[in-house]
Amino acid sequence: MTVKSVIEAVREAIFEEMARDPKVFVMGEDVGIRGGVFLATQGLAEEFGDERIIDAPLAEASIMGIALGAAFSGMRPIPEIQFSDFVWPSINQLIGEAARTCYGTNGAVPVPMVIRMPYGGGIRGGLFHSQNVETHFFHTPGLKVVAPCTPYDAKGLLKSAIRDNNPVVFLEHKKTYRLVRGEVPDEEYTLPLGKADIKRVGSHVTVVSYGLTLHYCLEAAEELAGEGVEVEVVDLRTLSPLDTKTILESVAKTGKLAIVHEDNITGGVGAEIAALAAGQAFEYLDGPVTRICGPDVPTMPFAQTLEDAYMPTSDKIADGLRKLAAY
Amino acid sequence: MSVTIELPHVGESVVEGTIGKWLKQPGDTVKRYEPLVEIITDKVTMEVPSPVDGSLVRLLAEEGETLPMGAPIAEVATADSPEGAEPETASIQVETAAPSSPGTTGQLLRDVTPVGPTGGAVVENLEPAGASTAASASRSAAAATPTPAKPAPQPTAAIADRTRLSPAVRRLAQEHSVDVSRIQGSGLGGRITREDILKFVESGAAQAPAAALARPVVGETSADGQETHVPLTPVRRMIAEAMVRSVTEIPHAWSTVEVDVTGLVAFRTSVRAEFEQKQGGSLTFLPFISKAVVEALRSFPTMNATWGGDKIILKNRINLGLAVAAPDGLMVPVLHDADQLSIAGLAGGANDLAERARTKKLTLNDVQGGTFTLNNTGALGSFASGPIINYPQAGIMTFETIQKRAVVIDDAIAIRSMMNICLSFDHRINDGAEASGFLSAVKNRLQSMAPGTSIY
Amino acid sequence: MPRKRTTRTQANGTLSKSSLPKGLEASDLVDYYTRLVQARTIDERIWALNRQGKVPIAASSQGHEAAQLGSLLAAEKDGDCFLFPYYRDLALKIAAGLTPVQTMMSFMGKAGDPYSNGRQFPLQGADLPHKIIQISNVVAAGLTQSVGYALGCRMAGEKTVVLVYFGDGATSQGETHEAMNFASIHKLPVIFICENNRYAISTPQSAQMVVEEVSGRAASYGFPGFTVDGMDLMSCYEATREAITHARSQGPVLLEMKVERFMSHTTDDDDRRYRPEGEVERARERDPVVTLARTLIEEGILTQGQVDEIAATALQATDEATDIAEASTPPDESVLHDSVYSP
Repeated sequence: MTVKSVIEAVREAIFEEMARDPKVFVMGEDVGIRGGVFLATQGLAEEFGDERIIDAPLAEASIMGIALGAAFSGMRPIPEIQFSDFVWPSINQLIGEAARTCYGTNGAVPVPMVIRMPYGGGIRGGLFHSQNVETHFFHTPGLKVVAPCTPYDAKGLLKSAIRDNNPVVFLEHKKTYRLVRGEVPDEEYTLPLGKADIKRVGSHVTVVSYGLTLHYCLEAAEELAGEGVEVEVVDLRTLSPLDTKTILESVAKTGKLAIVHEDNITGGVGAEIAALAAGQAFEYLDGPVTRICGPDVPTMPFAQTLEDAYMPTSDKIADGLRKLAAY
Repeated sequence: MSVTIELPHVGESVVEGTIGKWLKQPGDTVKRYEPLVEIITDKVTMEVPSPVDGSLVRLLAEEGETLPMGAPIAEVATADSPEGAEPETASIQVETAAPSSPGTTGQLLRDVTPVGPTGGAVVENLEPAGASTAASASRSAAAATPTPAKPAPQPTAAIADRTRLSPAVRRLAQEHSVDVSRIQGSGLGGRITREDILKFVESGAAQAPAAALARPVVGETSADGQETHVPLTPVRRMIAEAMVRSVTEIPHAWSTVEVDVTGLVAFRTSVRAEFEQKQGGSLTFLPFISKAVVEALRSFPTMNATWGGDKIILKNRINLGLAVAAPDGLMVPVLHDADQLSIAGLAGGANDLAERARTKKLTLNDVQGGTFTLNNTGALGSFASGPIINYPQAGIMTFETIQKRAVVIDDAIAIRSMMNICLSFDHRINDGAEASGFLSAVKNRLQSMAPGTSIY
Repeated sequence: MPRKRTTRTQANGTLSKSSLPKGLEASDLVDYYTRLVQARTIDERIWALNRQGKVPIAASSQGHEAAQLGSLLAAEKDGDCFLFPYYRDLALKIAAGLTPVQTMMSFMGKAGDPYSNGRQFPLQGADLPHKIIQISNVVAAGLTQSVGYALGCRMAGEKTVVLVYFGDGATSQGETHEAMNFASIHKLPVIFICENNRYAISTPQSAQMVVEEVSGRAASYGFPGFTVDGMDLMSCYEATREAITHARSQGPVLLEMKVERFMSHTTDDDDRRYRPEGEVERARERDPVVTLARTLIEEGILTQGQVDEIAATALQATDEATDIAEASTPPDESVLHDSVYSP
C-alpha cells in the first residue's frame, strides 16, 4: 500500500491501462506536453507519444464526436473535457449519439469510451469552473456514470471504466484531486462499477452521498458519534447503475435515510434515491427521507461567502442528521 | 338558517361532558324541546333537548367523545332555510349534453391521423407510381369526433384521524402483535419510534400481561417550582368522586382465598387455539373466572345486591362489570345477563367491550346497570388486592397473578399453578360467612374446570 | 483556388465507349444500372406505401442516385473504405448490398431489420457487413464520428479511407467545421462528400451560405475541394476514385456533388409550398436513371429489351419484398430492454 492523492491515482490508472492495451488512447485539450491542466496526464505523452496522447483543438463537440467515431472503429478512447462546465457543446455526441449507439444498432456497435471530466466546486471556481453536471448523464440510459472520491476508489474504478464496453462518464471532483489522500494497493486491482461502498457502519441513520460531500458526511458522522448517534455513511461511487441493493439494505437497517450531494437539490440524484426508498423500503422507514443538497441556484458563486453558503458542509450535514436521528 | 347546537352549561363545577348517545340522526326532523342527545357528565347523565325546530343536518361530535361545555355538537337547519323546511329532497338534474368547447384542458381526438414523424401536413392526393388514392383520401378526410367532457372529480373524503405511526413501526407492531397503545414513545413529540417497539419486544413485555402504563402527566409548575399541578380530566374527576362516595358510604370488609388453577390452565390451553381461530379475538382467563363468578352469584344472591337504606335490594339480573384500563382511565363496561352466557359467549362479550372501551366506542348502556364487578388485577402482576367496591354494588372481586408454587397436597410437595381471588364486600349486606361462602363457591368451580369441560 | 471537375459527357448526355473511366468494364455499368433501377423502384414504392399508411416515414434519394452510386462504385473498387452516409442516402444503402426485403423490413419497422431491429428510423443504425454506420439523423453528427473512425483505423495500422456524406444544410453546423479542421490537422483519410441539392428542407442555398459552392471551403483547411456534376454517375465515380487515392496518402478531400432533389424533403413535406413552379420538372430532365439507360443503349451495352427486363425484374423483386415485409412481424415487446448496454 502507498498513500497517494486522487490525481495521482487517476494518472496511474490511465498509465496502467494504456500500457496494458494498445487500443487505449487519450484525447483532450492540453493533455499532451502540458500533462493536462490538473496534471492528470503528466508524463503520459513522453511515455506513449503524441499519437496516443492527442492534443485536441479547442472544440469539445469534436473531442466527443471524434472519440466516439474512434470507438466505432474498435479503439478505446479516453476523451477529456477540461472542465465539466465545458461539456455542454458536446452534449449531442455524448447524450444524443453515444448513449444511443449500442441500442440503436441493436447491439452491433458497442462504445468502449471513458469521458473524463473534473467537476464540482469549493475552489472559488464561480459559475463556469464549479458545475455539477452528473444528473443529466445519470438520467440517460445507455451511459454509465462514476463519481469516486478517494484515491483507492478512483484508480480501481477508472481501470474498470476503461475496460468497460460502454460509454462511462467519469467524474473527478476537482477539490479532491490534491485534498484527498489515501492508501492505494501497489499491486494490480480493479473495482466493479455499480457497487456502492459503506465507508462507515452505523445503526441509527443512513446517509448516502458521493464526491466531495462524502467526506463532509464522514466528518459529520464523527461528530454525531460523540453524541451517541451512529451514522452509516454510504458512498455511491457509481451513480449509474445505482447500487439499489446496498442503499435499501442500509435503509432497512436504520429506518432513517438522508442523501447529501453538492448538486442542486431539485431533480438531483437524491430525488431518485428518495423515491427508491419510499417505493421499495416504505415498510422500513421510521422518519422522513431527508435531502441536504446544494440549493437551486445556477452553480456556486465566486465570492467566498456565497460559495460557503452554497456548499453542504459538515455542519449543515450534522444538523440535518441530528434532526433526523431525533425524529 | 343553520343553527349550531352547543353542549349546554349545567351547573358550576361541570366543565366537560361525554356524548353518550345520539337520539337523532342527520336528516331527522327535530322539534323544539325534543331530546337530541344523551350527555354523560360526572354529575349527571342528561338528555339535551333541541333549542329549535328544524332538521338535523350534521353531527359535530361522536358518541363517546368528551367535549368542553359550549363546544359545538350539531348543526340544525331551521324552518326558514331551504335544507330544513322540506323533508323531501329536490331531484338533481344531471347535465349530459356535450360541451360546445373543449375548455382549457382540451380533448384528445382518436379518429384523426396524427402528424407524421417529422411534421407533415395532411396528405393530399399526389400521384406517385402505384399509389392507391382511396386510402390517402380517407385519411385526409377523417373528421374529429368530440367526446363529452368528464365531470369534475369529487373531493376525496376526509382522512380519518388516527394515531400516526411510521411505516416501520406499523410493520413491527403487526409482526410482533404489539398493542402500540401500551408503549411510551421516545421520539419527537412523544412519537413511538422503531427503537421503542424493538426494545419493548426484547424486554418480553409483549408476552407479559398488559402492564399498567405510566400516564403521561403534563402540568404547570407552581410559582415556587416545588410542585407540578396536573389538571383533572373529567374521567379522573368522576372516578375520584365515585371512589370517595364508595368508601365513605360502604363499610368495606375484605377476604381472600387461594385457588389451584392447574386444571384451569390446562383447560384453557386445550381449547384456546380452536377458539381463537374460530371466533377471532383472544381467550384469556377472564371468561372462565367470569363463569365461575356468575354461577356463584346465583347461589349467593346477596352478593348480587345493593343496600337500600331500609332494605336490601336483590338484583334479579346478573350484570357483570369488567374493569378495563381504558385510555382515559378506569372504565367498567358491563356484560348484561352474564349468567346466560357460556364461557365462549363471555369471552366474545368481554373482548367486544374491551375493544370498544379502548376505541372509545362504549355506549351509555354499556356502562350502566352493573350488579357485580370483576377486576383482573393479576394482569398487572398483583398477588393480592384490596379493591374498592363499585358503588352501589354489594361486592367486587379481583383475580390475581397465576404463579407456579410449591404446595402440599396429601403430605407431598407438588408444583401447582396458584391464583388468589380477593373480595371486598359491603358488610352491611353480608357477613364474613356469606363472603367466604361466595369465595369458596368461586374457588370450587374454578378448581373443577379441566380439559373436557365445554366452553360453549 | 478550387479545381472544377469537368464532366466527360457530351451535350446530349451520351458517353463515348472509349472514354469509360479507368478500371471500369461495361459489365460494371450494367451492374450499376441494375442496382440503380432497383434502388429507384424501391424508392418509389416506399413513397406509395407511405401514402397507404404502411410506412410511417421515408426520405427519397431520387435525383441523388448518380452521386451516391458513383462514389459507392469507387469505394467498392478500392476495397478498403468505410461509409458514413446520411438520411437521404437510400440508393447508396440499397446499392451497397441491402436486399429489397431487408429494405422493406426496415421501412416497416419489422423484426430482423438489419440496421437496428426496428429501433430506429428506416436504414438508420449500422450495416456493418456493408461497412456502413449512421447512428442518428442529427444533421452533421456523423462528420466528427467519421473523422474519429479514420483516426482509429490509422492508430490500428489500417489503410481504410472513410467516406462521409452530408447535404448542403449540414455545412452550416459547427461540427462540420470541427470535423474538417481536425481531419486536416492530422491529415486523416476522410472524403467529405456534400450532396448539394440546394435545399435544406425548404431553406434554399442562398439562405444557408453566402458562397455559391461548398467546395471552396476546403481551402480554409488547406485541403483540396472539387465541385462535381452529381447527376453524372461517371463523373462522380472518377472524382471519388481520385479522392480515395489522395486521401489515403495525403489527407482529406472535399467533393461537392451537385444533385437535384426530385421529391419533397420527406413524406411529411410538400415542396410545392416553397419550390418555384416547374423547377422539379426541369430537374427531372436529367434523371440519372434515364440518362444512364440512354447511354448504355446508345453505346450498345444494353438493348431496350434488356433495359425493360431490368425494370421488370426490379419491380417484381420490389413486389415480392413488399409482400414478405408486410407479412412479417414487428419486434416483440420483450426486446425493448435489450442492448441498452453492451456486455
